[in-house]
Amino acid sequence: MTKRPVRFYQVGSFAVGNRLLTDDQRTVQSDPNRTNSIDSGHRACQGCGEALGARYALDAAMRAAAGRVVTVNATGCLEVFSTPYPETSWRVPWLHSLFGNAPAVATGVAAALRVKGREDVRVVGQAGDGGTVDIGFGTLSGMFERNDDVLFICYDNEGYMNTGVQRSAATPPAARTATTDAVGPEPGNVFGQGKDLPRIAMAHDIAYVATATVADLHDLEHKVEHAMTLRGARYIHILVPCPLGWGSASSDTIKVARLAKESGLFPVFEAENGRVTSVSPIRRRTPVEEYLRLQRRYAHLFGAHPRPDIVTRLQEIADENIARYGLVNDETEEIPVLEEAKEMVH
Amino acid sequence: MLRQIEGSRAVAETVALCRPEVVCAYPISPQTHIIEAVGVMVKSGRLSPCEYINVESEFAAMSVSIGASAAGARAYTATASQGLLFMLEAVYNASGLGLPIVMTLANRAIGAPINIWNDHGDAMAARDAGWIQLFAETNQEAADLHVQAFRLAEELSVPVMVCMDGFILTHAVEGVDLMTQEEVDSFLPPYEPRQVLDPDDPVSIGAMVGPEAFEEVRYLAHLRQLDALALIPTIAESFATLTGRDSGGLVHPYRTDDAEVIVVALGSVLGTIKDAVDARRARGERIGVLGITTFRPFPRDGVRDALAGASRVVVVEKAFSVGGEGVVLTDVAMAVGGRDVTLHSVIAGLGGRPITQRALESVLERASRGDLERLTFLDLDEAAVSRERSRIAAARRTGPSAENVLYDRATQGSRVAQEQS
Amino acid sequence: METPFGITLDVGSSRANHTGSWRVERPVYVDRLPPCNDACPAGENIQGWLYHAESGDYESAWRALVEENPLPAIMGRVCFHPCETACNRVRVDDAVGINAVERFLGDLAIERGWTLPEPGADTGKRILVVGSGPAGLSATYHLRRLGHAVHLVDSSHQLGGMMRYGIPAYRLPRDVLDAEIARILAMGVEVTLDHVVDDVEQERRDGSYDAVFLAVGAQIGHRVSIPAGDSSRVVDAVTFLHQVADDDPPLLGRRVVVYGGGDTAFDAARTARRLGATDAVIVYRRNREHMPANEEEFAQALGEGVTMRWLSTVNRFEGERLVLEKMRLNEAGFPEPTGELEELDADALVLALGQDTDLSLLERAPGVVIRDGVVEVAPTMMTGDAGVFAGGDAVPADRTATVAVGHGKHAARSIDDYVNGRVREAVARHELASFDRLNTWYYSDAPRTRRPELEKIRRQDTFDEVVQGLTEENALFEARRCLSCGNCFECDNCFGVCPDNAVIKLGGGERYEIDYDFCKGCGICVSECPCGAIEMVPEKI
Repeated sequence: MTKRPVRFYQVGSFAVGNRLLTDDQRTVQSDPNRTNSIDSGHRACQGCGEALGARYALDAAMRAAAGRVVTVNATGCLEVFSTPYPETSWRVPWLHSLFGNAPAVATGVAAALRVKGREDVRVVGQAGDGGTVDIGFGTLSGMFERNDDVLFICYDNEGYMNTGVQRSAATPPAARTATTDAVGPEPGNVFGQGKDLPRIAMAHDIAYVATATVADLHDLEHKVEHAMTLRGARYIHILVPCPLGWGSASSDTIKVARLAKESGLFPVFEAENGRVTSVSPIRRRTPVEEYLRLQRRYAHLFGAHPRPDIVTRLQEIADENIARYGLVNDETEEIPVLEEAKEMVH
Repeated sequence: MLRQIEGSRAVAETVALCRPEVVCAYPISPQTHIIEAVGVMVKSGRLSPCEYINVESEFAAMSVSIGASAAGARAYTATASQGLLFMLEAVYNASGLGLPIVMTLANRAIGAPINIWNDHGDAMAARDAGWIQLFAETNQEAADLHVQAFRLAEELSVPVMVCMDGFILTHAVEGVDLMTQEEVDSFLPPYEPRQVLDPDDPVSIGAMVGPEAFEEVRYLAHLRQLDALALIPTIAESFATLTGRDSGGLVHPYRTDDAEVIVVALGSVLGTIKDAVDARRARGERIGVLGITTFRPFPRDGVRDALAGASRVVVVEKAFSVGGEGVVLTDVAMAVGGRDVTLHSVIAGLGGRPITQRALESVLERASRGDLERLTFLDLDEAAVSRERSRIAAARRTGPSAENVLYDRATQGSRVAQEQS
Repeated sequence: METPFGITLDVGSSRANHTGSWRVERPVYVDRLPPCNDACPAGENIQGWLYHAESGDYESAWRALVEENPLPAIMGRVCFHPCETACNRVRVDDAVGINAVERFLGDLAIERGWTLPEPGADTGKRILVVGSGPAGLSATYHLRRLGHAVHLVDSSHQLGGMMRYGIPAYRLPRDVLDAEIARILAMGVEVTLDHVVDDVEQERRDGSYDAVFLAVGAQIGHRVSIPAGDSSRVVDAVTFLHQVADDDPPLLGRRVVVYGGGDTAFDAARTARRLGATDAVIVYRRNREHMPANEEEFAQALGEGVTMRWLSTVNRFEGERLVLEKMRLNEAGFPEPTGELEELDADALVLALGQDTDLSLLERAPGVVIRDGVVEVAPTMMTGDAGVFAGGDAVPADRTATVAVGHGKHAARSIDDYVNGRVREAVARHELASFDRLNTWYYSDAPRTRRPELEKIRRQDTFDEVVQGLTEENALFEARRCLSCGNCFECDNCFGVCPDNAVIKLGGGERYEIDYDFCKGCGICVSECPCGAIEMVPEKI
């Protein structure tokens, strides 16, 4: 009689739910009575990662706060596709003021609730990457620095998608946008230092900073729920692929997010009071190439005039992340570039 | 209770009596004394419950106020000049969302060239922002207007900006009769928001409105401002009943009954103008003054009626529309439209230049003689202007005019002084 | 509250905007054919019964199983489980232990006394089933469910056919066999034992049967001519095993040589060991690569001390010496004699060179075609003689118990059609749920650093091999390793990943529905369905 370890069971760790799990083991999303904080009928593109991320995050926050949540939203795709007069998709109290001020507005809401003794009601601010890392950066930093009681969530789709796919400070190097065209000797976006907002947030020593993607719902919900147990300024940065801006198939939204994490380009971790407390290790370490090839914004790296040198530089960024956060462990599988992926033509 | 008190302090004390729940500010002269004083009161617990939030910019200050107001709190902030411009996007937004925020604007010039002194360039830059704009003539009125402003704002769900001249009022110590808490409480009921972020009754505030409804939304905002024209005098009357003071309202005519010439102005300069007018009255001139307290909404009927007997109107104003003419003049012209009235715009006090009674009387003299231009700049150093114009015409890289004029005035001034000595 | 016009909106109002109109493709739930089901000769819905086992509802699992196969405790022991060979999980880690779970369910059913479904309403039709092996029992069961009266006859003294007389008891305990047979008989079956049918048409007329199912098996050991001094020392494996089953084993001596490379050879060798043979040697003319016997059987036999003589044929049997001829394989893999001889001490030689079928009962049946020793049948399992059907080892097919069970079921349904004068339309099989349709990401384990609540499932981290049968805990775990290829198992992924909330969760085994009012057709649900149970189809525009 042989004994051997079994690492596998049907699903549960990564799927949304499973009929075999008890309610408390399931994700919020598997609950037929979930809030649906953002409801059907919104005008997001097919396969929108941001619509998904927002529902994931807010539904989790709603469960954690027993339905006592108010939200503040920056201008951007999420705002535009959710509330074109006369229809709103929000089922939570929701306020949109401006592009660059959502963190400060959230501060004001939190202050009002505190002064009224309504601290059971929790405030969630949300914005895209433009509203977070660029135009809203000042107000966000101020909110962090004051340690206002706000959970701020950035839905990062790496560019100004609402205005037609222009570069933001969150746009990765080499990516094509309308303002970083794929022409010239250095096609696409520049290789700058980038603006790594999770790390900048950590530098504020706030209570909680985490990154997540729409590809790992359990992880995302865990982070939102954990954030809701804390008070003060908290920040969650969620990668939400944009089929339109990234040139990926609408059906690949989650796959692309998964590969962003599995390649190391998007490190998934959490930090408390300025220190990293855990990382989500890579399960299947995948070359960045497989991630890049799914997206037309990188098509210029692989076409008739391929740029393996640039792919190498992007791989170096991923490797750097892997080293910095320790994303590879004993259980990580190494996945070679798939031949099928190489044959994909954009 | 009458106290000798700095204007800023009087405003701070009065604002505190209005029980603001969230006060958010960013320091900028000449408004700082107000928010400093409120801050001390919150920190000491004298003003409670109240959240006082130090933010990183005026943009954040107005944004915090927006959030607080939308969540049902009475919100107050104060700013000036560049600060107003920096928050201007949020200023428009607050009115667009119908949030009854009250803000003190300690009027100050707008750069460049940077200048911390008083004029009305900041208020005029925000005149179309959808806020009600009230101008205080004195520190007493400044204090009183804040009490009325909260009530007005909250009754209409429209934000109100109380404008008081920077330094001239904010830093002036004079007697102010401060209200008691009981008086304010009897005048200003607790804030009942028209809309509020509430988990028990969720709504989406701040929708994207396209061509199909934007005009209606704007028109509704306009109608609310027209409602304010009716409400402001009512509030002023009930305030007068409570305090015996004639603060607020739409306009304040002074000796206009038989006036052929009426001087129109906003804010603290009215005091000096009244002295000049009194002097000219003493010499037999039929001259009066019209103080405009409510600049937005513009009290067209009130101004028209007050100016009905005048054949000549001189608008003394601390701002002007570069390339156009006096901003207030434009509105006054609209009010008296169709009547045979000669209108003058006297731009005065820009960047804090003193408006002296002598200079004013000289302008009024020219007006009464009939040789005052449509647009006049009070005490303009035309020689300095002319020299800079010559320099510009003669060479390409002449450098910044602001510095050139400063240098010119200093050197020419010293030359004059040398010549005189 | 009365909200300001335009800027403030009431919640949920966007549901008036039916974004389904954007769609050019629509997701549709499908049930694809899992490779296990596809490979199962008995036509079991393996994924279907595992689904119930996954939730610990073993009775429902067993009931789903016996919809197709009334002998799970037996099949859980003797089936060579082609389902596991086909299992997609092989490409993730290891195949699901389907056979072991089947046995667990079968044993549990016996232990708990679960009964088979009630027979169908009486049709008034009478069917003769000849032979009570897996084909005959399976046909009997399905015919009874269809409401037909069954007369089951067998030439032996007990029911079970080769399951009793061919498969040794260490592989199939007789109490298990008896229990599963008894359960079928409890449905009401007329049984006649020790009855040889020698003319099927005569028997049919005499008994006024509406149809006949022949499941006579292959009971005759294939004989080859081997020069032997003492022919009593040569016995065929079928007879040998039959005698053992009848508790009347022949005396073979200490040194037993079995000639052949099929499963029966191993059954014979292992049985010989159990009967006291010190040497049990299997002589096979080819090598291991070409040996048809089952891998597990082989391994277990070696473990029991059975030894192999590869590439050898029996030349002659002289006294206590067996003369073998060495063989070599040609390029086509066929053995060729080398002329090289060697000797082997032996007390007995057991011939396990295949079995033949006794089809003499069909000699007078019209239209019957017999080819290569087996009777030809149509796809309906009907022979050339209308109303006479055949299955199991007597027809051209793999000779396994599971194939026979499948034949029995299939024949029963054809007989039902026949006696009712129906012609069945061929039902299109579902598209195969191939590995490339799966999203295997979801089947892998999670990092251990996260989500302690899932530890409860994950901690079942050992798996005892199947020979002794699974504990309930292990059976549950093993069932949960099923990927549910091509069939929704309610993981909630589609419900969770839809950016438009356009998937309605029906719950409680009712699966999901697409809300086409709002589905924009992005296809994420299809991509993220672990088991490939959703597909995109073009929208009719």
